[in-house]
Amino acid sequence: MSENHHFDVNTCLKELKHYLPAQAPLKDFIHHNTLHAFQQMPFHEAMQQASEMFGYKVYVSLDEYRQHYKNGRISEQSVLNAISNRHSNDSAEVWRQRLLQKNYDTKLHNRIGQLRSIWGNSYKINLDKFTHPTLFRLLNHYLDQGISMHQFPVHPDGFIASIREMQKHSYISIFKTERARLLFEHSDIDIQYLLDILVGDERLYETYLFDQQFAHPGWSGMVSVLEDQPISLYDTRKISLSELIKFELLLEIDGMDSKFGESWQALKTAVDTIPESIFKKPSYSELSEVLAIWQEAFEWTYYNEVLMGLQHKRALSTPAKDISFHALFCIDDRECSFRRHVESIDPNADTYGTPGFFNVEFYFQPENGKFHTKVCPAPLSPKHLIKEAESHNKNGSDMHFTKKSHTLISGWLISQTLGFWSALKLFANIFKPGLSPATSYSFRHMDQQGKLSIEHQTGTADVDGLQVGFTIEEMSNRVEGLLKSIGLYTIGDTLIYAIGHGASSINNTHYAGYDCGACSGRPGSVNARVISYMGNHKEVRKILKERGINIHDNARFIGALHDTTRDEIEFYDINQLSESQKKAHDNHAKDFRLALDRNAKERSRRFILLNTRRDASVVHEKVKLRSVSLFEPRPELNHATNSLCIVGGRHLSYGLFLDRRAFLNSYNAKTDPEGRYLLPILNAVAPVCGGINLEYYFSRTDNFKLGAGTKLPHNVMGLIGVANGTDGDLRTGLPWQMVEVHEPLRLLCIVEHYPDVILDVLSKNKATEQWFLNNWIHLVAIDPDNGSNYLYDQKSFKPLALTNQETPETNRILQILEENDDNLPVYLITEDHDITA
Amino acid sequence: MTSLLNIFLLIPLLGLILSFLIRKEKELLMSRIAFYTAGLTLVSVIAYSIAWIKLGHNSINLKEVAIYTSKNYEFTVDLYFDKITMVYLTVGAFLTFLITIYSRYYLHRESGYKRFFNTILFFYLGYNLTVLSGNFETLFIGWEILGISSFLLIAFYRDRYLPVRNAVKVFSVYRIGDVGILLAMWASHHLWHENITFAKLYNYELVHEHLSGHTWVGVFISLMILIAAVAKSAQLPFSSWLARAMEGPTTSSAIFYGSLSVHFGVFLLLRTMPFWEQQTSVRILIGVVGVSTAIITTLIARVQSSMKSQIAYASIAQIGIIFLEVALGLDTLALIHFAGNAGLRTYQLLVSPSAVSYLIREQFYNYQPRTQDMEDTIPKRLEYTLYWLSVKEFFLDRLMNQLIFDPLKKAGRQLNFINLKNVFYYFIPAYLIGIILLFNEDKIPEIIHANLPVVYALIGLLMVLRSFTERKSPILAWLLIILNHFWMALAISFNEHFEWDHTAWYLSGIVICGALGLLLLRKLRQDESLYFDLNTYYGHVYEYPGMAFVFLIVSLGLAGFPITPSFIGEDLIFSHIHDHQFLLAFFNSMGYIMGGISIIRIYARLFLGPHIKTYHETPYKSS
Repeated sequence: MSENHHFDVNTCLKELKHYLPAQAPLKDFIHHNTLHAFQQMPFHEAMQQASEMFGYKVYVSLDEYRQHYKNGRISEQSVLNAISNRHSNDSAEVWRQRLLQKNYDTKLHNRIGQLRSIWGNSYKINLDKFTHPTLFRLLNHYLDQGISMHQFPVHPDGFIASIREMQKHSYISIFKTERARLLFEHSDIDIQYLLDILVGDERLYETYLFDQQFAHPGWSGMVSVLEDQPISLYDTRKISLSELIKFELLLEIDGMDSKFGESWQALKTAVDTIPESIFKKPSYSELSEVLAIWQEAFEWTYYNEVLMGLQHKRALSTPAKDISFHALFCIDDRECSFRRHVESIDPNADTYGTPGFFNVEFYFQPENGKFHTKVCPAPLSPKHLIKEAESHNKNGSDMHFTKKSHTLISGWLISQTLGFWSALKLFANIFKPGLSPATSYSFRHMDQQGKLSIEHQTGTADVDGLQVGFTIEEMSNRVEGLLKSIGLYTIGDTLIYAIGHGASSINNTHYAGYDCGACSGRPGSVNARVISYMGNHKEVRKILKERGINIHDNARFIGALHDTTRDEIEFYDINQLSESQKKAHDNHAKDFRLALDRNAKERSRRFILLNTRRDASVVHEKVKLRSVSLFEPRPELNHATNSLCIVGGRHLSYGLFLDRRAFLNSYNAKTDPEGRYLLPILNAVAPVCGGINLEYYFSRTDNFKLGAGTKLPHNVMGLIGVANGTDGDLRTGLPWQMVEVHEPLRLLCIVEHYPDVILDVLSKNKATEQWFLNNWIHLVAIDPDNGSNYLYDQKSFKPLALTNQETPETNRILQILEENDDNLPVYLITEDHDITA
Repeated sequence: MTSLLNIFLLIPLLGLILSFLIRKEKELLMSRIAFYTAGLTLVSVIAYSIAWIKLGHNSINLKEVAIYTSKNYEFTVDLYFDKITMVYLTVGAFLTFLITIYSRYYLHRESGYKRFFNTILFFYLGYNLTVLSGNFETLFIGWEILGISSFLLIAFYRDRYLPVRNAVKVFSVYRIGDVGILLAMWASHHLWHENITFAKLYNYELVHEHLSGHTWVGVFISLMILIAAVAKSAQLPFSSWLARAMEGPTTSSAIFYGSLSVHFGVFLLLRTMPFWEQQTSVRILIGVVGVSTAIITTLIARVQSSMKSQIAYASIAQIGIIFLEVALGLDTLALIHFAGNAGLRTYQLLVSPSAVSYLIREQFYNYQPRTQDMEDTIPKRLEYTLYWLSVKEFFLDRLMNQLIFDPLKKAGRQLNFINLKNVFYYFIPAYLIGIILLFNEDKIPEIIHANLPVVYALIGLLMVLRSFTERKSPILAWLLIILNHFWMALAISFNEHFEWDHTAWYLSGIVICGALGLLLLRKLRQDESLYFDLNTYYGHVYEYPGMAFVFLIVSLGLAGFPITPSFIGEDLIFSHIHDHQFLLAFFNSMGYIMGGISIIRIYARLFLGPHIKTYHETPYKSS
C-alpha cells in the first residue's frame, strides 16, 4: 500500500476511513466488529497485525490465561488439542512449556504515532495540546444536536464553509498567526500543500495522517461515519474527513508558527530514516503464537462442554407436546432464559427464536414525531412507512434539562427555587426510585392504545418516497418468510405470540445498545404488533394457504414486548380477541409473568448488591428498580457472556441450561433441505451476533483503546457521543460496566444441517462466508440425521472429535442459580422440583 | 453546647481513620462507614442547628486548643458557629450524605472504590473544618485539605493523561489563590498583633479602630481575601479551571465542582464580611468581579455543547451573582442562593447522562429547522465575535499562563546552570557565608543587613522556580525545594532575633519529609532508571502503589501541609516578617506556594498518568 512513494490524498483518505472506528451517534448505537478493518485476514493474523499497528491488546493477558488454566477453566486436553492443531507432535511438549511457563516480554508496541512523536522529541512542542482543544470543541459545536443555547452558525456547504463564514464575519481570527489565516481564507485548501509545509517528504505523508487521525480516533471516526450516513443525525450536518484533516493541518501550522515564527524546518529534517510502513506485515512472533493457542484452548474448553451437552441432550428423548401456544422470541441471548422459564412453567409451550424485527422491515413514525426511525436490521433499506395515530403517550418534561437554568436571570430564579426541589428529588430518587421523564422506557416507544397504518390503502400518497403500509401481497410474503424460516408450517387452534424486546434505563448514554439490535437499536414492539396484524389478516391467510402454510381459523397472533431490564411484558390488541381466546390468553399471560419473575431472579445472581435468595417476586421488584435508579450504572448486563449461536430446532437445546449465553435462531433443516432460508439466517447471524460478540470481545480485552472505559466520568458531547471530562476525545466501544463480566470468547455458531448444504449456502454470499472462513466466528455443523459434529475449516467441513466429558444433570437449577454469581457450566435440566418460588 | 461543636470534626475524622484501615475488597464495609459518617454528621448537624436556633441563635466561639504558645505568638485551632456556618454545614452534610449513598452503587466494582471514599471523607473533614473555622489559621488547614482532596479526585483516573494534567492545573490555580490567604494572614498578624478570631471581627468598634490607623493594610487584607475567594469560586480571571475539573466520577464532580467546593469563595467572603464591609472600594470591587464573571461566563455557557461544561459555566455565573449579593450586603439571600444553586447543579450533573435520550426525544418531537441568514451585518459580526470569544473562553487560559506561569517558568529557566552535580557547590559555600554572616551580624553595615533577608528569600524563591521548571532530575527538583526552606530560615534569622526553637519547628518536618522523599526517589531511580525524569508522565503507581502513597504523604509534609510541625513553623516564620517587609512576605509566600506546585508536579509526573510500560492496555493520550 504505502510502499508506493507517490502520495495520493484520496487513496489515503479511503484507507483512513477503513481503519477508523465506525460507530454511529449514540441514538443509533449498533454493535459491530470493532476491528472490522482487519476482517479480510484470518483471525489470529489479524490480531497480531492490529496489535502491532495500533498497540491494541487483543487477547486477555498471558497471566490471565495461565490463571484460567490453574482454575480449570482451560482444560489440559484443549491445550493439547490447540497445540496439535497448529504444530507437529514433536514440538508439542515445547509449546506446552512455552504456554505454561516461559517468560515473555508482553509489552505492546505500536507503530502508530511514532512519526508524529518527533514534534515532541525534537521540536519540544506539544502540538496536540495546541490543536486538540480547539479542534474537538469546534467539531462538537458544529455537530451538536441540542445542548448548546447559542448554536454554531452552520453553513449548508459544510464544516470548513461554516468556519469560514464565522471567520469572515468576526472581528477576531480563529487562527493565532498570519500564514495559517491566509491559507484558510484565500485559497482552496489542499491537503498535499499543507503537508508540504509541515512534513515535506511525500513518503511520510500517509504515515503522518494516520498518526494525526489516530491521536483522536473517536472524533475522526465520528466524522467519517457522518460523512457516509448523514441521516444518523436528525439535525443533519455536512462534514467530511478531508475537511477535518484540512482544518487540523492548518491548526498545526498555526501552532508551529506561533511558537517558532514561519521559519521552522519541516518534519522531514528531523527524520533520519524513513520509518517502516504502518501496514507492514508482522513478522513471526512466538508470543503471538502462544496467545493464539491459549485463546483457542480457552474457547474450545467451553465449546467442547457445550457440544457434549448437545450430544447428551440428543440421547434423551424430547417428550411430544400437546401444544398450548406458540411463542416467537428474538434470537437475542437475553431471551434464552426467558424461553427456558416459560417452557418449564408450561411444558406444552412451543417456543421459537427469530430476529426480533419479525421479517417486517419499515420506518416507524410515532404520532407527532418529526422524523421516522428505522426498525429493522441496519443494512436493510426499507421502502415502507408505518405511522402511529391516536396515541395517548405523553412525554413529560423535566425542568432540569431546560436551558433556562443556564441563563443569567432565569438561572437566578431557578437556582433559588428549583434548586431546593432538586435536592429533594435526588433524595427521593435515592430512597425511592421511580419512572420519570428522564427514563428511557421501552413501553414508551409506541402507545399500546394507538393505531398503526399497517395495511396500505390504495390512493395514499407516499411520504418521503416511502409507501405507507403494506399491500396484501407484501404482507403475505413477510409472514410466509417468517414462518418458513423457523419451520412453522401448521398452526392449530392456538395463540401465537410474537414477542419483541426493548430495554429501560436512566442515566444511560448507551441506551440504544440495550434495545433490539435487529430493530436498529429500538424496541421491537411495533414490529411485533405489525407482524401479528399481518398474520391475523384473512386475505393473507388465504394466500399463505396456497403457499403451504395452514393456519387454523381460530388461531390468533398476539404482539407483545418484553422489557429485558425490568422483565415486564405488554401485550397488544387484546381487545380484539374472542371470549375463548381471551380466556386462554389470560392463562398464558399469567405464565409469562411468572416466568419473568424467575427470569429476573436468574439475572439477579450477577448483581452482587442484590439478595438473590429472596422470593422471586420480591427480587423482581428490586430488579425493576435498577432501571429507574440514577445511581445504577448496570441497569442490566445486556449481552455480556454471549458466546454461542444455535441455528436449528428447539429440540437441540430444550432442557439444556446455557446460562443466557446463546443466541437461538429457530430453523428446520427438514422443511428446508436446500437451505433456501438458511442463507438469510446466516447473513443476519454473522454481522449481528458476530458483531455483538466481537464488540464485547474487544471492549473487554482493551477497554482503554477499543472500549469506552468506565462510564462514571463520561460527559455527554453534543448528544452524539461521550468523552471523559470536557477536553477528551470521543470514546467508542462499550463501557467497562457492560463488559466486565464478559469472557472474551469468539462466537461458536452451531448449525443443524448437512455440511454440504451449509457449504453451498455459504458460497452464495462472500461477505458472510468471510466471517467463518477467517475464523472470526467458529462454525460447527450438526448432522440432522445422526447428530455428528463437523467443524468448518477452509471451505470444508471436517469431522469433529470431541473430548468426552460428563454433562451434569440437575433438577434444582433455581437453587444453583441462587448460589453462584459466576459463569455456570452447561446442565441437563431433568425436572424442576424446586420451582416453588 | 459550645464544646459539642467538636463532633462535626470528630465524626468525619473517625470515619476517615476507619476508612483507611479497611481492606480494599471490603466494599460493603467501606460504604457503610461512609454512610454512617455522613449520616451521623447530618443528624447531629440538624439537631444542633435546631437547638441553636431555639437557644437564641447567638454566635458561638470555641477556643479548641492552643497547639503552640510562646511569648508573643499563639497558634490555636478555633471554632466558630453562626448562621453562615449553619447553612454551609447543613447543605454540606445533606449533599455529602446523599452522595455517599449514591456512590455506593455507582462506584460498585470500580477499581478505586476505597480510594474514592477515603478521599471523599478527607474532603468532608476539610469541608467541616473550613466551615467551622474560627480564625484564619484553622481555616487555612481546612483550605489546604480541600485543595489536596480536589487534586486527588480530579486525578482519580490516574492512569489517564488528561485527568492528571488537569488535576495539576487546578491544583496550581488553587495554590495561586492560597497566596492570598497566606498574605492576608500575615498582614492581619500585624494589624491585630494576634491571631485574630472571626468572632472578634464582629466587634465593629474594634475593627473600625484598627482600620482607621492602617487603611492600606485593611485594603491589602481585603484584596488578598478576594484573590483567594475568586480562585476558589472560579470567578474571573480564574474561571476556566472549573470545566477542566470534571474528570472524576460524576458523583465527585457533582459534589465538588457542582456544589460544595466551588462555593467556598463565597464562604470566605461571608466569613470575613464584617472586616471588609466598612471598605466601600472593596465592596465595589467584589461586585464588579461578580457581575463581570456572571456576564462573561453566561456567554461561555451559552456556546457549550457538552453537558458538564455547560453546567459548570452556568454555575459560575450564578456564583458571580452571589458575589454581587454579598457585596451588596445581602448575606441571607446569598446563603439561600448558595443552597439552591448547590442543589440544582448537583442534580443536573448527576442526571446529565440522561440528557442523550431525553433531549433526543425532545428533538424528535419538537424539531424546528434553523434558518441561517448569510448577510453581513454589524450585529452579526458582533455575534460571531462573541461566539468565538466564548468558544475560546475569552482566552482566560492563555491569560493565566501569560500573566502568571510563563514569567515564573522563564525566570526558572534562567537558572538552568544549576544541576544535580553542582547544586551543592553553589549552595554549601553560599549558605556557609550566610551563617558566618549571621554570627557576625554586628559587623555588617546597616543598609546591607536590612536587605539581606530579602536577598536570601529571593534566592530561596529562585531555587523553587528552578525546581518548577526542571525537566530532567526529580531528585534535583526535590532538593531545591528543601534548600528553599533553608534559605527562608536563614532569611528570617537575620530579620529578627527569636528563639531557635522556632527554626527547629519550621525545619523539623521539612528535614524529615525531605530526607524520606530523597530516599524514595533514589530507590525509584535505582529500579526504574529508564523511566525517571520530569519530561513526561510515567504512571509508576501501577507497579509501586505503596511507594506512591508514602511519597504523596512526604510530599505533603515537604509542601508544608498540616501534618508536620513545619506547618506551624510556616506560620511562625510569617509572624517574624515585619509589616513593612512586603517583598519578604511576598517571596516567602510565593516560595511556599510554588514549592507546593513543584512537589505535586514531581509526584504527578513520576507516579501518575498512563503507565510507561505497556504490558497491559493503556489509554490514548487524548482520553
